[in-house]
Amino acid sequence: MKKTLRYAIKHSSPIFISFIPVALAYGVLMQNAGYNFIWTGACSLFVLAGSLQYLMMTFFAGGVSLITVAVMALLLNSRHIFYGLSFIEKFRSFGPWKYFLIYSLTDENYSLHCSHDFPEGINEKWAYILTAALTVAYWVILSILGALIGTVIPFDTTGIDFALTALFIVILIEQIKTADNRLPAWIGGISSIVCILIFGAANFILPALVITVALLSILRSRIEPKTEREGMK
Amino acid sequence: MTLSIMQSILIIAICAGCTFLERAFPFLVFRGNELPDVIKYLGKALPMAIMATLVVYCLKDTTFTAPSAFAPQLMAAAITALLHIWRRNTMLSIFGGTIVYMLLVQAVF
Repeated sequence: MKKTLRYAIKHSSPIFISFIPVALAYGVLMQNAGYNFIWTGACSLFVLAGSLQYLMMTFFAGGVSLITVAVMALLLNSRHIFYGLSFIEKFRSFGPWKYFLIYSLTDENYSLHCSHDFPEGINEKWAYILTAALTVAYWVILSILGALIGTVIPFDTTGIDFALTALFIVILIEQIKTADNRLPAWIGGISSIVCILIFGAANFILPALVITVALLSILRSRIEPKTEREGMK
Repeated sequence: MTLSIMQSILIIAICAGCTFLERAFPFLVFRGNELPDVIKYLGKALPMAIMATLVVYCLKDTTFTAPSAFAPQLMAAAITALLHIWRRNTMLSIFGGTIVYMLLVQAVF
């Protein structure tokens, strides 16, 4: 268990780094909006979605109907509906912990779950759970700290959030290196860039993922290794 | 606070509920015992495609209007990738790339 915890701490460390500026600033902004650290902690724990929590501050300013709140929340995080597809059977095998892993299926945890590489002696189920629990703890604790003590950090952290971008790049390269077929990376990347050009940077991700799923389905016979396809029948 | 405590709690509850529902969506749709073949396939093929999408998502605000609007992130992204192809050490690539990016935005551009 100790070994599994150590693994989870190391595996989730880039997320901790990337959360520092975003979570601290969130706490500060909430404080300025008249919502103290209890509210900040509650939002971070229950909503657990950075961009939505920032958007919620405009809801707290008033004048937005609850229907609009629901629609905006659903639209902003729509990419999340695709994340579970890769973990349906895995999470099911984890018993009641499945609900915790679904609740915590953020961009960050999705990418960490996609890039597990277990050394000898690691309990797989607890590696998933502890990794997710740590990222939730980082997010909640750092945002509460931001509300309580402000963004006081002894050095200039501008740009430290690049750690998340770097993590995604590293995971993508690992997947490309170990995959039999690199077509999915091209499909995801190119449809994203094309959708940015068509729909703009703010609205590209849902159409990009819909197109990606469509292309992956159409090109299945070219992407899936033959043996696997026969084995699944 | 402009809103009442009750109104604020309602907003949090709605946002939390909507987010959870979206994350639970595939689990609710495919509740049966055996997953359809195509979903098993998509579950395996999607991560690589989604990681590429997330890389683009992180770099989506890049514009080519001024060097400072594209050079730091593209250079740091390239260095992260090269570091990783060269040494294949996750921590080195991530923290190396991040430090380069911080230096570029703080001291160079």
